[in-house]
Amino acid sequence: MTPHSPILSLRRIRKSYGPIKVLHGIDLDIHPGEVVALLGENGAGKSTLSNIISGTVQPSAGEMTWLGRAYAPADPRAAMEEGIGMIHQELKLLPKLSIAENVFVGRYPMKAGRIDRKTMEDRARSGLHRLGLDISPDRLVDGLSTGKQQLIEIAKALTLNARLLILDEPTAALGAEETQLLFRQIERLKSEGVGIIYISHRLEEIRKIADRIVVMRDGAKVQEFESGDVPIRTIVEAMVGRSLERMFPTLPAPTDQVTLEVRNLSSPSNAFRDISFSVRRGEVFGIAGLMGAGRTELVRAISGADPISSGEVLLHGRPVTPRSPIDAIRNGIVLVPEDRKLQGVVLDHSIAENIGYANLGEISRSGWVSSRRIRQFAEECIKTFGVKGRGGQNAGELSGGNQQKVVLAKWLARKPQVVVLDEPTRGIDVGARSSIYDLIIDLAREGVAVIVVSSDLEEVLGVSSRILVMAQGKQAGILNREDANDVSVMELATI
Amino acid sequence: MRAAVQDKQGAAVRLLPSLKGATGPLIGLIVLCLFLTFATDKFLSVRNFLNVLDQITVLGVMAVGMTFVILIGGIDLAVGSVMALAMMVLGYLHVVAGVPMWLAIPLALAAASLNGLIAGLLITRFNVPAFIATLAMMSITRGLANMVTDGQQIIGFPAWFNMMAIVRFGGFLTLTVAVMIVVFIVGLLYQRYRHGGRVLYAVGGNAEVARLAGIDVQRATVLVYVVCSFLAGLSGMVLAARLDSVQPSSGVSYELDAIAAVVIGGTSLSGGTGGIGGTIIGVLIIGVLRNGLNLLSVSPFMQQVIIGAVIVLAVTAETYRKRK
Repeated sequence: MTPHSPILSLRRIRKSYGPIKVLHGIDLDIHPGEVVALLGENGAGKSTLSNIISGTVQPSAGEMTWLGRAYAPADPRAAMEEGIGMIHQELKLLPKLSIAENVFVGRYPMKAGRIDRKTMEDRARSGLHRLGLDISPDRLVDGLSTGKQQLIEIAKALTLNARLLILDEPTAALGAEETQLLFRQIERLKSEGVGIIYISHRLEEIRKIADRIVVMRDGAKVQEFESGDVPIRTIVEAMVGRSLERMFPTLPAPTDQVTLEVRNLSSPSNAFRDISFSVRRGEVFGIAGLMGAGRTELVRAISGADPISSGEVLLHGRPVTPRSPIDAIRNGIVLVPEDRKLQGVVLDHSIAENIGYANLGEISRSGWVSSRRIRQFAEECIKTFGVKGRGGQNAGELSGGNQQKVVLAKWLARKPQVVVLDEPTRGIDVGARSSIYDLIIDLAREGVAVIVVSSDLEEVLGVSSRILVMAQGKQAGILNREDANDVSVMELATI
Repeated sequence: MRAAVQDKQGAAVRLLPSLKGATGPLIGLIVLCLFLTFATDKFLSVRNFLNVLDQITVLGVMAVGMTFVILIGGIDLAVGSVMALAMMVLGYLHVVAGVPMWLAIPLALAAASLNGLIAGLLITRFNVPAFIATLAMMSITRGLANMVTDGQQIIGFPAWFNMMAIVRFGGFLTLTVAVMIVVFIVGLLYQRYRHGGRVLYAVGGNAEVARLAGIDVQRATVLVYVVCSFLAGLSGMVLAARLDSVQPSSGVSYELDAIAAVVIGGTSLSGGTGGIGGTIIGVLIIGVLRNGLNLLSVSPFMQQVIIGAVIVLAVTAETYRKRK
């Protein structure tokens, strides 16, 4: 297919941790100027494989060939010197250093025992230029957008003359515009003959960017597509290993009774302005918009987590504008926050304790609680909501989907009237997502008013009966399910 | 009500699991005791044990408050100074102003608690980092304590006050030791079996998660600093009884001893894990170690070195265990 021979070849790569086998003999070729999408659910072995290529982890068996020679990097530094750069999901830049210093950290160009600032900045500038970035290399990293920081990480790899880049979820924190910028740079790198391994959960973007798709499941390569343009459903089916009858459950018909009403709500920081909508009993109300449109701030304000400068929130026609999360929770408005790991659960505490924290009032008798009773309470919640785990297990040991269920479970025991979910499936396996959707629909069936915020357009379209589209903090419009599709939503979102 | 009684019984039965996380320090304490039993002939005796208890009263009471503070991820550097201030307020009120002891003691404790209230409000309302807020309070309260008598000590407490620290009721407990034990038990029960105590773990584990879970993080934080200062004041009362006098230079660097006891007991400085059970063991380790080193005639300077080494040992062992 490709005229060139591969720059990187993996043959029968295996990896085990003790008795646990995480990779079973992977074969993989990467050609110059090619974007290979590496897909799979969490735990499929994508990270282990990319860590092996980038020298972070050593394989238990198998060979790698890099530019025709045997390749076995002892550590990431060795891999980098060979020309293989990995850009991690979490950025590893030092905010208080300049861009140039970040690009060359640990390997500053020296002249006469001193750092040669001029060479450093010139080389950084040419790296930035290559990526079409017009920023001064002596600027501090602090305050740059996540997208720009991502590109600086790539520039860093490029100054090492990287011929293979591994990008792990590069767009997870990027807005649409920044994603476009990144894609343009990927195209440019391709034309220069750089090979790229691209890991992402966002399947729509894979179709745009990938030349080849490799799907992994349970530590093995299960399928390879010789083109990026494969129907998403086909990819998902390969990832989860079964055919999907449905991604989204059918929506229940909402009642006419209005549960929550938001009137002219504005935030003091101007993150959102003059927002009005209502959510009926048993309705799933979606909120869509681009990154930075004010969706998260809006729903956090409704649940009392962020301040409100004007406007009001009504529950069954009664004003309940919350001043704190406690206020909102008392009125039955609960939030499943955007960032599970930082806002949803205490990772190094047990599931039982995590569920207990939101229900101590319920569990305690005249202020007395015991671990046993917390545990009993939690085990019941775990059973009801199908969390895969035991009460004594730390929340950090759970998969993303199960952590999210813990966050939901801790609220649902309180029989809330309004449940607000902010990015409910971010970072969750495609297979586990549908069980979250099932939970959302079940809530609506039980008469809860549900608000779902999501950057995943397909998701908002799939679960909501109406969709509020926000653009730059303003209400761009509310679409009924019949009128909502990716085009109509994006039109409003990009006003 | 019946549930409450049941829980109290449960508390006694499950005291051992409540040391979960402090098993390392407990083993350390046992090893230390065994070593001293063989290394000296005076260590293993009821009398020496009672001596150790007497010697740890001040530290013990103070460390309970410090545990709560560290549990929520805070720090209180002011406890040593607050203790001195409480002592000087007591001395001034009773000896100089003639206020009876039954009133002077609560007033001194109130003065101590006030410091915690100020620190707590600085931290929650004005977002001053706990380290800075309590560092400032440390300086302020030390200055105030000195101002009471211009740096002089005060003597002249009633005879029964000193007797509280000397007379052993039933040949066993002095009243000051009894105070410490009561503080231990109340602290332990509060932390494990009260709504307000469980909340502290959430606050220390992740304050934002706690806030979004409907926990009043600010109130809990202020309360913890008030309690910590109250207990610092109470430890001042204990020290005043033991010394039969008060002086403004008391308690210098006691905050560091208290922090050391808490840390040796396995409570993490980043908050969210640990507890009073471990702290009791930490306090005992410091007490037994000091007592044993005295019995072995180790110089006080060398003792400082050894205690420092024990802190390092305890914390590295804990980190190592966790990583595994």
